[in-house]
Amino acid sequence: MSYQWDFGLVWHYAPLLGTGIEYTLGLTVVTSVIGMVIGTCLALCQQSRMWFISVPLGMVSEVFRCTPSLVQLIWCYYALPIVLGITLSPMAAALLALSIYGGVFYGEIFRAGLRSIDPGQWDGARALGMTSWTMMRRVILPQVLRRMVGPMVSQTVLQLKNTSLVSVVTVPDLVYQGQMVASATYRPLEVYTTIAILYFLILFPLTQLSRLLERRWA
Amino acid sequence: MSQQPPMIQITNLSKAYGKNTVLHDISLDVPQGGSVALIGPSGSGKSTLLRCINLLEEPSAGSIRVDSQVMEFGPRSQRPGGARLAGFRAETGMVFQSFNLFPNMTVIENVMAGPLYVKHVPRDAARAQALELLDRVGMAHKADVSPSNLSGGQKQRVAIARALAMQPKVMLFDEATSALDPQLVGEVLGVMRDLAAAGMTMVVVTHEMAFARDVADTVVFMSGGYVVEKGPAHDVIENPQEDRTKEFLRHFHVGRN
Repeated sequence: MSYQWDFGLVWHYAPLLGTGIEYTLGLTVVTSVIGMVIGTCLALCQQSRMWFISVPLGMVSEVFRCTPSLVQLIWCYYALPIVLGITLSPMAAALLALSIYGGVFYGEIFRAGLRSIDPGQWDGARALGMTSWTMMRRVILPQVLRRMVGPMVSQTVLQLKNTSLVSVVTVPDLVYQGQMVASATYRPLEVYTTIAILYFLILFPLTQLSRLLERRWA
Repeated sequence: MSQQPPMIQITNLSKAYGKNTVLHDISLDVPQGGSVALIGPSGSGKSTLLRCINLLEEPSAGSIRVDSQVMEFGPRSQRPGGARLAGFRAETGMVFQSFNLFPNMTVIENVMAGPLYVKHVPRDAARAQALELLDRVGMAHKADVSPSNLSGGQKQRVAIARALAMQPKVMLFDEATSALDPQLVGEVLGVMRDLAAAGMTMVVVTHEMAFARDVADTVVFMSGGYVVEKGPAHDVIENPQEDRTKEFLRHFHVGRN
């Protein structure tokens, strides 16, 4: 007995999947941008010689690095409101968990980038009388950013795929919408195939772009 | 003779990393236009001393004066802030063993970096000055290439131009020729010789004994973080008084000219 593939029904629910794509992309953009900001702050603070700043931040970032983001998400949605005595909407919990999770990893990329710069570059810039800010802006960051493009794009690809987790707290992303369509049509194989293709179509150009940039800047 | 204050005055300077003291109570004056060669075995503290002069290393105690700026260090002195450090360093030029050119800039942009980003000189003026300096070190024809396309000797000459662009009162050379192929050493030493002849105040950490003897007017021999012997260059190199200096210089074959 062979399975009769029928994508017609899925097509019928295209607008629902469209909403899912919007949520997925929106969550990715917002959590990546916030994540990069968090990551930059983390990396710069961990450079700090003041241990009472660098040590606690290092611990926080290890906690987020060493627990699965699905667990973090569920914890943020169910446990955090009780700890803090507040209510968090599914969307707020999703944004919070994914931004910090992304931030910790963006921070690691940034930190590795800073560390990869030859110490002589800092010496050279300091010897000219540059302040820390000028040195960062004119000498260090231009070099770090080039090296970071590849890992940053990879992390953003992961970030986009991680947004699929938010379906467990009922944020209507692509996976959540797919589950809706699947249960409405009884066509899970077609639905999940479609979703997989949609993810691929979004991400493949992104990874190609990063290859291109890396080659150009190598 | 008029009593001009020295351009560089190092007084009772010490440097320790934790319990490990690498510089012991060093005092050294360099007159305006003077050139001092710091020599000694590796680990003797000569590079650390040089890096203390522009505060790339922070001394543990003592004071450093360059021209009119004084920095005091020790338990009772407050650590200088970033802006103060930067201002102090802007008055000294430094040339490193590993060149440390900025790979994200072209040759001329490297030379313009200090004036543009530290002194905020207008771009045209910075460019004109950079071209002049590159010409002076014989590198004007490479102004628009990336530093990665240069030979070691060329890189070092650009690095010297970059340091000079800040119009420093003092130039510090940290083993500027140690990373170069032997046939490229001469071109860099030539530029340094010209600088000294033009009256630049210089402190040079070097393994080139002939250069120390012929170009520097004072040679300081360091060992184990102490100044063991210092005196007129020719005397120290040709006729050292201390046993440790003699022992060290025995390893070098210093040609006569």
